[in-house]
Amino acid sequence: MTGPVARAHPGGRGRGWARGTRSRLAVVLPPVVFGVAVVALWELYVQAYDIKPYLLPAPSEIWTQFRHSFRVIVDTSKATGSNALVGLVVGLVAGLVAAIVAASSKIVDGLLAPVAAAMNAIPIIALAPLFNSMFSTTSAVPRRLVVAIVVFFPVYVNTVRGLRQVPDVQRELMRSLAVGRWRFARTVQLPGAIPYIFTGFRVASSLAVIAAVVAEYFGGRQNGLGSRITSAAANTAYPRAWAFVLAACVLGIGVYLLAGLLEWLATPWRRGSGATSGT
Amino acid sequence: MTSTPPHPPAPAQAGAANPAGLAKPAGAAVDPARASGPVPAVQITGLDKEFPVAGGGPTVALTGIDLTVAPGEFVSLIGPSGCGKSTLLRLIGDLVAPTRGEVRVFGAPARAARESQRYGIAFQQAGLLEWRTVAGNVELPLQVHGVKKKQRRERARELLELVGLGDFAGQWPAQLSGGMQQRVAIARALAERPPLLLLDEPFGALDEMTRERMQAELARIRVETATTVILVTHSIPEAVFLSDRVAVMSPRPGRIAEIIDVDVPGRMPAPGESGGGVPALEQAVGQAEDVREQAAFFQAVTAVREALRAGGGS
Repeated sequence: MTGPVARAHPGGRGRGWARGTRSRLAVVLPPVVFGVAVVALWELYVQAYDIKPYLLPAPSEIWTQFRHSFRVIVDTSKATGSNALVGLVVGLVAGLVAAIVAASSKIVDGLLAPVAAAMNAIPIIALAPLFNSMFSTTSAVPRRLVVAIVVFFPVYVNTVRGLRQVPDVQRELMRSLAVGRWRFARTVQLPGAIPYIFTGFRVASSLAVIAAVVAEYFGGRQNGLGSRITSAAANTAYPRAWAFVLAACVLGIGVYLLAGLLEWLATPWRRGSGATSGT
Repeated sequence: MTSTPPHPPAPAQAGAANPAGLAKPAGAAVDPARASGPVPAVQITGLDKEFPVAGGGPTVALTGIDLTVAPGEFVSLIGPSGCGKSTLLRLIGDLVAPTRGEVRVFGAPARAARESQRYGIAFQQAGLLEWRTVAGNVELPLQVHGVKKKQRRERARELLELVGLGDFAGQWPAQLSGGMQQRVAIARALAERPPLLLLDEPFGALDEMTRERMQAELARIRVETATTVILVTHSIPEAVFLSDRVAVMSPRPGRIAEIIDVDVPGRMPAPGESGGGVPALEQAVGQAEDVREQAAFFQAVTAVREALRAGGGS
């Protein structure tokens, strides 16, 4: 997903266009070939052994259903996607704020750390039916809440870690410059935590879509991908159910790539030199 | 930044010595050798430093340290690991507090000197902020003290020229080699024209070739900026090559065993005694080669080595 990184490197570590393209191809090509091969084998297997659709529908059939229900898929993806995004933003902001507070105060950290660990241990999705009865079942709030809680933890944990990892040499430097605490946070601590924050955010972005889809399995409005998957499966329309699963995959990848793009935009110093992590 | 340096006024030079118009107390930029007169750059008296140890008596890091460094002087602290040389440097910089005794920097307590930016410091690790460009890192001290952007840019360019990295202003630190990063760190330490430069093994992590080159550059920078320098090092040749005096330290407890005057002809003159101009970089590197091959250089190296051995520096 990373665009061409064309920059001057007087240091001589520059990478030519051709070489950059080739290395990018070397990264992208193997998984694509692998994916195509798996789908082809799947199709062959289903055709050759005449596997029943309720066991495993053929990719071609799923694709037909995908095209057939495309408008519904777009609408339901919008509903689920907006739940995921709203929850993602809320969880992100909450996680950041909590982490900043925790990193600046030992007392708050002492209070939050065990709570965070405990909350992380329970499957948050299990809360969805409870939230459905707490709030109105016709609202999107329960789903968004589930997403926000799921997102909170990776963001919180990684941000706290990032805020704590200021190297001694930078601490001493800032002390020698006699800067105040806020200035220190703004100049060294927060920017230094950015890569950590994005590590958490990228994990959270995939979790957000999963949570948004699965939260719909527990009733409530029938406007999202998750509810369509359950209802199609209940009606033995398995290829259609799989088509919605495919849509959920696409949505998840889309949100993940969005997070990666934001990271790429926010950390220009990590581009190009091969130091970029992930995506 | 509002505190005025407790520093004798220097009416004659104050105006002229501030060409970049930095928002600093005028006295700070003045050549300390002339401005401070008899006030030593650093004066340490009866200094002890102990670190508390959990479940036991404190570790004595330094004991009975007395040291006076004249303005414009280059003094190295050398000794084996654990002799407290880095701690001593940090005490001068008020990065740690002494247990007993006193540190005065240009006549003021170390804390006041730190708060009024009387020194710049560079460490063994460059410690650059990776999210700032090279120029952004050099500008850091100026920026946190509210110097205007245009003046910062100008000063950063000047300094990067000084350390031979003029073409790298817009690069990210991750794109530089270790030696280049260390040059940036030294440029950053010089950003506010501090009268005192504290260096904690700045070349310790570099390979020998780069190291010798950097030493020659440092000698040149020192002449060009007329800064007092205190250098912590492991390397005897490095100390001898750069210093006017070498303080040989010994461990357990850390103390100054001996102070050796170094006089090797052919080195660049100390600021103040110079008549000629500052040599160009390549010329300085070439001269450094000659200096290192002299008999006087080897004699001084031997003297320091013997002092280290006598001090129980094994």
